[in-house]
Amino acid sequence: MPLAFHKKPALVVYVTCGDPDLATTREIVLAAIAAGADVIELGVPFSDPVADGPVIQRASERALKHGTSLAQVLTLAAEVREHAQSTGLIIFSYLNPILRMGMEKFCKVARAAGVDGTLVTDLPVEEAGEYLRAMRAHDLAPVFLAAPTSPDERLRRIAEVSRGFVYAVSRTGVTGQRQQLADDARKLVKRLRRVTKLPIALGFGISTAEQFAEVSEFADGVVVGSAIVETVERNRGREAAAVGELVGKLLAVNSQPAAVAR
Amino acid sequence: MAALDELEREYARAKRDKKFQARLTELLTTYAGRPTPLFFARRLTQKLGGAKIYLKREDLLHTGAHKINNCLGQGLLVERMGKHRVIAETGAGQHGVATATVCALMGFECVVYMGTEDMRRQELNVFRMRLLGAEVRGVSSGSCTLKDAINEAMRDWVTNVRTTHYLLGSVLGAHPYPTMVRDFHRVIGREARAQILKAEGKLPAAIIACVGGGSNAIGIFYDFLNDKKVRLIGVEAGGRGEKLGEHAARFRGGSPGVLQGTYSYVLQDSGGQIALTHSVSAGLDYPSIGPEHAALRDSGRAEYVPASDAEALAAVTLLARTEGIIPALESAHAVAEVVKRAPRMKKSEIVVVNVSGRGDKDIGIMRENLRID
Repeated sequence: MPLAFHKKPALVVYVTCGDPDLATTREIVLAAIAAGADVIELGVPFSDPVADGPVIQRASERALKHGTSLAQVLTLAAEVREHAQSTGLIIFSYLNPILRMGMEKFCKVARAAGVDGTLVTDLPVEEAGEYLRAMRAHDLAPVFLAAPTSPDERLRRIAEVSRGFVYAVSRTGVTGQRQQLADDARKLVKRLRRVTKLPIALGFGISTAEQFAEVSEFADGVVVGSAIVETVERNRGREAAAVGELVGKLLAVNSQPAAVAR
Repeated sequence: MAALDELEREYARAKRDKKFQARLTELLTTYAGRPTPLFFARRLTQKLGGAKIYLKREDLLHTGAHKINNCLGQGLLVERMGKHRVIAETGAGQHGVATATVCALMGFECVVYMGTEDMRRQELNVFRMRLLGAEVRGVSSGSCTLKDAINEAMRDWVTNVRTTHYLLGSVLGAHPYPTMVRDFHRVIGREARAQILKAEGKLPAAIIACVGGGSNAIGIFYDFLNDKKVRLIGVEAGGRGEKLGEHAARFRGGSPGVLQGTYSYVLQDSGGQIALTHSVSAGLDYPSIGPEHAALRDSGRAEYVPASDAEALAAVTLLARTEGIIPALESAHAVAEVVKRAPRMKKSEIVVVNVSGRGDKDIGIMRENLRID
C-alpha cells in the first residue's frame, strides 16, 4: 500500500485544504509530491482546532471563510490520487465533520477516492472502537498520535491498532514550529520501538532542514506541517512553487550529511 | 489522556477520603458561605398569581455565584496532585473570578483565558481577576467567547500538562470533568431538597435552572432525579432569534456532535463546523451542552426550553423590583421561565428557581439594555 515509507526518512507533508482555495491546494500537493514527499496529510479545516497552533488556526479560518468542507477535501483526494499512484494519502481531521458526514459514508467515500488512511486528532484510541471497526471494514489505515506523556500501556494500545505508521508527537503541546527538538522526542521514539514494528514518523515543531536531518537519525519519517502552511501563507500567488522549494530544501540537506555535522 | 487518567484516579481517591471531604465541607461553610438560603419569594408569587416560588440563593455565595463550589473542590485536588499552576476558561467571568479566588486562597499561579468579546462585556470581572493576582489572557479567535477561551485553555493544558491543572468550570469536556464538576455542585440540590421539605413538608412540582454548560442546573437537579414527580426544567439562551448564530439553544437548533472532547448536542452547520452563538448572557453563550443534560433530555427526565435576551432582561427588572434581588443575566433566564410557567400552575404547587449568580457583574450590560425611568 502507498502508506509504506519508500525512503528513510520518509517525508510526510501536511496541508490545510482550502487555503487559499482548493485548486491551489491541489497544486501545492502535487508540487510537494514532485519534490519528493512520500505521504500527504490532507488537513480538513475545522472551526475549533484545539490541537493546532496559530499558523494552522489562521489557515483553517481562511479555508472556512469560503466554506471548505470534508466532502470537498475527499474530492480533492480523488484528484490527487489520479496524478500520484504511489504517494500515501491521509485525511487529517477533527472528529465532528466526520461524524456529521457519518462514519460509514466517510470511510466509503474516502476509500473510493483512493485515500489510504485517516488521522482523527481529537479521537483518542480509548474511544475509537466504532471508528476502528469502520476503518477496518473499508481497508483504511487508522493513524494515531502518541505523546511523550503517554504511558507505556497506552503506547502499546496505539501500536496495536495503528496501521501504516505511528505518529509520534515530538513534545507536549499543539502544532507549530520550535527552535529545538525536545529530548522528549528521542525518548518517545525509543519507547515506541519497543512496542511496534511499524515505521515511526515524528511530527510537531519540525520546520528546518537541520531538524529534518536530526530527526532522520532516529525516526523513520518526519511530518512537516506548520512550516508548509506558513510557507503557503507567506507566498501568495506562488504557493505551490514555494512549497516545492521548501520540500526540496528539507530533502537536500538530508542527502548531504556533511552539511549537518556541526 | 494521561492527565485525564491521573485526574480520574485522584478524584476517585479523594471522593472516598473522609479528610478531603471534611476539608471541602469546611471551606464551603466557613469560606464560601454554605448552606445558601432557600427564600420564599412572596411578592413575586403574588404578582404571578400561581405556584409558590422559592429561590435558591447561590448568588449569595462568596464571589457571587455557584462556581465557587467546584473551584474549591478542584483546588483541593490540585493540592493533592502536587501541581502549582492552574488555568481556567471563563465566559461571564464568574468561573474565572472563582478560580482566581481559590488560587489566591491556596497559593497557586493562575491564568484565565477569556474571549475578548466577553472581556468587553464583563469588564468588572476582568478587573476582579487581576486584582486577585490572576493573569487574564484575551482570546480573539472564532466568536471571541467562551468556546474559544476553552480552545485556548486546552492548548495551554496540552503544552504544560506536567505542571498545570485545567480547572474546567462546567460539566463539559472529557471525562472525568462532567461527572466531577457535577459532584462538586450536587450540594445545591441536596440543600434545596432538605430545605423545601423543612419549609413546606413536600417536594416542589418543578425546579428551574439556566443551562449554559449546565453546572448549576445539574447541581440542583441531581438529588431530585429519583423524585419522578418533580419536573426538571433547564432554560437555554434563546438569544435574539431562531436562526443559527442568533441563539445558544442547543436542544432547539443542535444535533449530536463532538466539541472539545464531549459528545453531546452541538450547534453546527451541515458540514460539521461549530456554529457561532449569541446570548446577552456570556455564561450561556456556548454551542454545546453538558452530556448529562443531553442524556436527561433524551430520556425525557428533564425538559429544556429557551428564554430570549428580552425575556431575561425583563426578568431582571421584575425580580429586582418584587424581591430586591438583582440576578445575573444567566440566572435571569431561569427567572424568565418561572414568569411564564408559574401563572399556569396551581397555587398549591411549589416551584424552585436556582438563582445561580448575582447581577453585579452585568450592571454595565443592564444599563445599556434597560430603560430605567
